[in-house]
Amino acid sequence: MGSHTRRSPHGQTKWWIWRAGVFLAALAPLLYWSWMVANNAAGPEPGRYLLLNIGTGGLWMLLLTLCLTPLTKLTRWKGFALIRRQLGLWALTYATLHLLSYALFILGLDWSQLGSEIIKRPYIIVGMIALIGLAVLGATSNRWAMKRLGKRWKPLHKCSYGILGLVLLHFFWVVRADMQEWAMYAALAALIMATRLPPVARTLPKLRTR
Amino acid sequence: MLIKIAKPSDLHESDVTPESIYLSRRRFMGGMAGLGAGLALSGRVHASDAYTDVPEGNAPPWLQEKISETEWRSVTPTDPDKDRIAPFDDASGYNNFFEFGTDKRDPARHAGSLQTQPWSVVVDGEVNNGGRIALEDLAKPSQFEERIYRLRCVEAWSMVIPWLGIPLADIIRRAEPTSNAKYVRFETLVDPEQMRGQRSSFSIIEWPYVEGLRMDEAMHPLTILALGMYGRELPNQNGAPLRLVVPWKYGFKSIKSIVRISLVEEQPLNSWQQIAADEYGFYANVNPEVDHPRWSQATERRLPNSLFNTNTIDTLMFNGYADEVAELYAGMDLRKHY
Repeated sequence: MGSHTRRSPHGQTKWWIWRAGVFLAALAPLLYWSWMVANNAAGPEPGRYLLLNIGTGGLWMLLLTLCLTPLTKLTRWKGFALIRRQLGLWALTYATLHLLSYALFILGLDWSQLGSEIIKRPYIIVGMIALIGLAVLGATSNRWAMKRLGKRWKPLHKCSYGILGLVLLHFFWVVRADMQEWAMYAALAALIMATRLPPVARTLPKLRTR
Repeated sequence: MLIKIAKPSDLHESDVTPESIYLSRRRFMGGMAGLGAGLALSGRVHASDAYTDVPEGNAPPWLQEKISETEWRSVTPTDPDKDRIAPFDDASGYNNFFEFGTDKRDPARHAGSLQTQPWSVVVDGEVNNGGRIALEDLAKPSQFEERIYRLRCVEAWSMVIPWLGIPLADIIRRAEPTSNAKYVRFETLVDPEQMRGQRSSFSIIEWPYVEGLRMDEAMHPLTILALGMYGRELPNQNGAPLRLVVPWKYGFKSIKSIVRISLVEEQPLNSWQQIAADEYGFYANVNPEVDHPRWSQATERRLPNSLFNTNTIDTLMFNGYADEVAELYAGMDLRKHY
């Protein structure tokens, strides 16, 4: 989304460590939840435990991914841009695992039920659209696709904000009693989106501290 | 019929029996005990034997005494292998009690702040004998019974829980309802200092949590006020010190930490109906044929389950208590009155 060109960090150990560190940090929650389930510490419904945690984790990944461009503008630190594709792919990974958890651990692979659930429940449809959107962005996140798509790549990937909106709607529909957690994520999302408004976006680099 | 009322002579609980006969049925059963016939013998299983891994509670002496005199296994599932009692840790660690937070683990984490001693309940409305009654005085005149019921949550999971309690009918009779009493309305405690969920400004629920029953539902012998479970007093997160248990209705009807019981003429507006009338009705009878708008109610996940065995079973009409309660709803359109 930034117009700056991607400078290859290959061969630079520092950047390699940074990326590997981010990779491990993004992987860690999945390992932790699996460990909890393996040790019977995830409660009487471990499938639902995974489903909800992975879903929330995916929302975090998406929020973090979308933070990176404003952060780059604010700090000009190259490290943020270097992990954008990786975090975007993590969001896709979490979202995929979220759907898999639903199909495996909640529906128990009763595909007939999955079919009827998807059609009947609007929040599942919204979640599916968001997941398909993430998959399209994931599939076009490589250099080859960037070259092929040329000028169309940027507007396509700006769809990530729309996907964030769908994810929040999906979440909103599931909430039963207390909006506090949802409101926190919605506020974060609103903040991130606000930084992309042209007047704000122009101001960000000026706020840069040395 | 999946549950076994320890009363072999009666086919239908709702064929209302004169009180004296109803109250003497346990003695009758005691006389029958010698015949065996697969009865869960009263007194055969004592709490101390049955619930060895359950942590000791902190019940006041009067409650300990009442619990020790419990009529154990008063109502049990007909198929104990299918309806296995959930481990205590699951029943007390996985709760919807929004007064203490929205996560299933929140009540177990945060309900410790609830002061349950002393406790009193206001009985009011269309009654001749109402007033504020200390919990001890409310519960003591009744025989404690152990009722092993299926609990079906509206969220499509279920557990089997051994409650200790008294028939709600006892309390209502003692209050001497007037002829205007058509419904019973219940309220949960409101105290944001003790109940952190009530401090959230994002909560959709307007406190107090309110529930209600039609008079005949409230008087039904399966309907109890529970003071204990697993052979001990209720943990706070399960609605201590006094909660409703209506086994043929979705769990949210079984209101917790009750401070007020009112006999009223008009149908009460229960909290979930107030929040989302298109999703939750007044009756909230377990019904596999009427879906929640956001998920199917045809099946349920019996907990605890495991990752690769969701333990999904068919949901039964009236949660398997149809033989006992279906007559209450004869002629009603249960799609309309969900």
